[in-house]
Amino acid sequence: MGKGQRAHLERFDPPLNSADLISAKVLDEPLYPVPAPPMKRTQRKPADEDHILETAPWAVLITTYLSYAILILFGHMRDFFGFRFRKERYWQLKDHNGYAAISSGFDTFYQRRLYARIRDAFNRPITAVPGRTVTLLERTSKDQNRTFELTGTKREVLNLSSYNYLGFAQNTGPCADAVEVTVKKFGISSCSSRMEVGTTAMLVETEALVARFIGHEAAIIISMGFATNSTTLPALVGKGCLVISDALNHASLVYGARVSGATIRVFKHNNVKDLEDVLRTSISQGQPRTHRPWKKILVVVEGLYSMEGSVCNLPEIVELKKKYPFYLYLDEAHSIGAMGPNGRGVCDYFGLDPKDVDIMMGTFTKSFGAAGGYIAARKEVVDHIRLHAHSSVYAESITTPVVQQIHTSMRIIMGEEGGDDGRRRIHILARNSRYFSTELKKMGFIVYGDVESPVIPLLLFHPAKIPAFSREMLKRGIAVVVVGYPATPIITSRVRFCISAAHTLEDLKFALEAISEVGDLLCLKVSRVKRNDEGEVVGKTGIRVWGNPIF
Amino acid sequence: MASTAFGMATPYVNGAAKEIADGVGAALNTTFSAAELVSEWIPGSRIIFRYVRASHQNDPFRTLLEILLVVFMFWYFGRKQQKPGFNDLELTPKEVQELIDEWEPEPLVPPLTDFQKTELEKLPIIAGPAGPKPKLADGKERINLSSYNFLGIMNQESIKEKAVEALRKYGVGSCGPPGFYGTIDVHMDLERGLAKFVGTESAIIYSQGFSTVASVIPAFSKRGDLLIVDDGVSFATQKGVQISRSVVKYFKHNDMADLERVLEQVRLDDAKSKKKLLNRRFIVVEGLYLNHGDICPLPELIALKEKYKYRIMMEESFSFGVLGKRGAGISDHYDVPANKIDILIGSMTGALASSGGFCCGTKEVVEHQRLSGQAYTFSASLPAMLAVAAIEGLNILEKEPAILTRLRENASVIHSTLNKNLHPDAEVYPREEASPIAHLRLRLQCSREEQERLLQDVVDEAARNGVLVSRAKYVTDQELHPPQASIRLVASAGHTRKETEKAATVVRDAARKVLKSRK
Repeated sequence: MGKGQRAHLERFDPPLNSADLISAKVLDEPLYPVPAPPMKRTQRKPADEDHILETAPWAVLITTYLSYAILILFGHMRDFFGFRFRKERYWQLKDHNGYAAISSGFDTFYQRRLYARIRDAFNRPITAVPGRTVTLLERTSKDQNRTFELTGTKREVLNLSSYNYLGFAQNTGPCADAVEVTVKKFGISSCSSRMEVGTTAMLVETEALVARFIGHEAAIIISMGFATNSTTLPALVGKGCLVISDALNHASLVYGARVSGATIRVFKHNNVKDLEDVLRTSISQGQPRTHRPWKKILVVVEGLYSMEGSVCNLPEIVELKKKYPFYLYLDEAHSIGAMGPNGRGVCDYFGLDPKDVDIMMGTFTKSFGAAGGYIAARKEVVDHIRLHAHSSVYAESITTPVVQQIHTSMRIIMGEEGGDDGRRRIHILARNSRYFSTELKKMGFIVYGDVESPVIPLLLFHPAKIPAFSREMLKRGIAVVVVGYPATPIITSRVRFCISAAHTLEDLKFALEAISEVGDLLCLKVSRVKRNDEGEVVGKTGIRVWGNPIF
Repeated sequence: MASTAFGMATPYVNGAAKEIADGVGAALNTTFSAAELVSEWIPGSRIIFRYVRASHQNDPFRTLLEILLVVFMFWYFGRKQQKPGFNDLELTPKEVQELIDEWEPEPLVPPLTDFQKTELEKLPIIAGPAGPKPKLADGKERINLSSYNFLGIMNQESIKEKAVEALRKYGVGSCGPPGFYGTIDVHMDLERGLAKFVGTESAIIYSQGFSTVASVIPAFSKRGDLLIVDDGVSFATQKGVQISRSVVKYFKHNDMADLERVLEQVRLDDAKSKKKLLNRRFIVVEGLYLNHGDICPLPELIALKEKYKYRIMMEESFSFGVLGKRGAGISDHYDVPANKIDILIGSMTGALASSGGFCCGTKEVVEHQRLSGQAYTFSASLPAMLAVAAIEGLNILEKEPAILTRLRENASVIHSTLNKNLHPDAEVYPREEASPIAHLRLRLQCSREEQERLLQDVVDEAARNGVLVSRAKYVTDQELHPPQASIRLVASAGHTRKETEKAATVVRDAARKVLKSRK
């Protein structure tokens, strides 16, 4: 199956991981001199072209809706007959014996009739390190994806799916060595919460390091990325407060805002003008019904949107802060480490002072190859969070090996360890991302996102193309992430490539060839934006800038 | 005169109306003629026009009415929608600007009180490895009666070895959510192992214990469903209940008679109401109540659940690996098959000395969460090392059930030691059972902060004498019923009987000293 296509992967004898790559200098071309970091902050504005969200052509739009209509119609027909003639299989879905069905409604319908058809493209089990390549445990299904059986064989494929931006998912190298020493010396868990007896000296030290890295007075580390958002927001806002949230914010932020009891309003994705409108109406109208003034307003945005690849328009939002006294919460789950000349996130990328942002949140799952998340802010804010965030008071404190991984990888990024290793990773990642997205755009795909974003979504639209793309790419030896409803709007199903510093240019070329081939096969090159040879836009038909991609 | 004027006016008005109507009619006629010309360009439209024209000739007012309707439609759909609320005030731009200029928000966080400041300063920092007897920042070793190290296997050599092996195979982070290449083979092993050990069909693991229950509840209980909740449940469960948007009814902590009263009330309400739609119903309880240290009466609960047709959601974060002959939790404790509990939630943070949480149940229950469990779907999966550590912890528990006996002995030592010669102003909770979690509370009529301060003095005094304990920490203003201030003591099989006795004596004496000096 496409062995010829995989030829270049087989040239390196497995096991090969990003550690070998970074330390063994296997880049084909001579390494460029890595530019020194800018000593002074140079501010830059987001370019319009980085934020093009192209609308779907009419033919695609109509056929996509038609596809869903057919799927839903067939689903209902199957249910209609199934519930009547195959009771033994459907009894779980019906009220039985006085109990309501454990799950019902559109949720289960979607799960059984749409998702189940394509389940083989998700939850694929893996083994070993999810680095430059990933080793899949192959599986088959004999009952249309209802259950899977492992075949017992493994397959190493190129990994365009893991959030391993800086290539720190490694089982060798300085991080792994440090973690081994730490585990042997200090063990794994402290079996307690941060505020009871779960505070270790190493954790305190790493929190100080994180604060220094982010550029704020203090920081707190929390044991899970999702929980960093979902359990900290309630410590900051409550009843009588307003949360203004970007329309495409991550589920954890929505969860946190809902638990907090604050009023939630939404502005159009990355649309600062709309944000200002919402701010003006909200401040002048006050709270609903009573019209009392809001206690405080917290604007919640993400640095890099994980499904769109768009970078938050931070300079304008910070500018807005001078006009309206709101507080700003910036979620840098994807951008920390991956964006900016020093890998310090979107503030670094735009040349802004991190202190302009009241609360900087981020996770260690992605660029750092660890787990958990952090909040960095002024000392009094962090102290308040320590005493009030649910994760700090109730949840388990972060484990020792994870703290060590954060510590070492962060010091490498900062250049305090490992020489220019960190700088090279940042540089290679930026180059890889720019190259990959530009090439895709030149091929005529509809691609979202900032040109330097390591998250590159390519639009598929039709539901049938979701599994088709994933399967075809897997045939060609590449693991990709495909995303559909409910993670995206129903019409804009997409494939999301995650670029890593562990990829070589050759890897990317190999992937691009495969993508082009599959793109032709599935009729995906439908962009109407005209581009020149450098991939720059010539003329602007059928595109929207700073708009919402929901059609 | 008046009548004449009136008489004259009427025909005049009629005449004017007729004139206007004629004028409109003529204008319409012209429009139609023009439209007819246009229509020649569009094939097939002639028939429609012929029909419209005929209807217009029959009744010109009808056309007018229809045009007005169309105009109204455009106005209705085209008008600016009022954005957030229905009761928005009409404000001029100047007023808006004034209101914006006047608005002054509260500070992002209130300033810390003195007590909060000392609380942060006094936080114990573990300098060496955490364990049954950790070394603190001041260089002294202390007996740890506060970590949930029930089985005493925290940081055991065999676990460390396995974890390092895993590190060399998998690295640290999983770099992705389970759906997107974040499901590692050891996760599946752990899920199988847990399901087998607990005795259910299937299991699913989450990457943080706290977020597990807060995510499982809303995955099943939606708007319109019904949750009957023990009012002594811990914070994570409260948050899950809150976010589910279901109808919630509370019953008194561990009071089965009160539960039955609530269930009966619901049944009567049902009989009265006309809606016959069946909703999902759950009874939400904990195996071992963290905030009280007592155990849920499972057999009575199952009888009630079966009588009234409810499902049980059981939070077992602190009873899993602790209760029962094999340590399989509350069902093992009462010798009830685990599949009587519909949804069982546990944690690998306590007994297994790793990190993360899990949920056990039937295949349907588990598979549903793989798409609907928010903290599962939207979060990176558990690092492989921690999954391997949990597997090894489970192995130890299976191989050496003797550690459970030691745990129970130490638990009863704590209770008996504390209860002997305790200062009358202090009490130990729970009273009857020798639970592995004991709360030392004060029997004083004073403010919560005063109590906390006294308890903190006890903690400090105990620390001076070589015992590490902690007050039970809560976010008091967000708790449903803030539990009474206490020092939480956790028994561990990692201590010898002597150590436990010594530690409990130190705590008891510290309490006596602090309470005596108060008077």
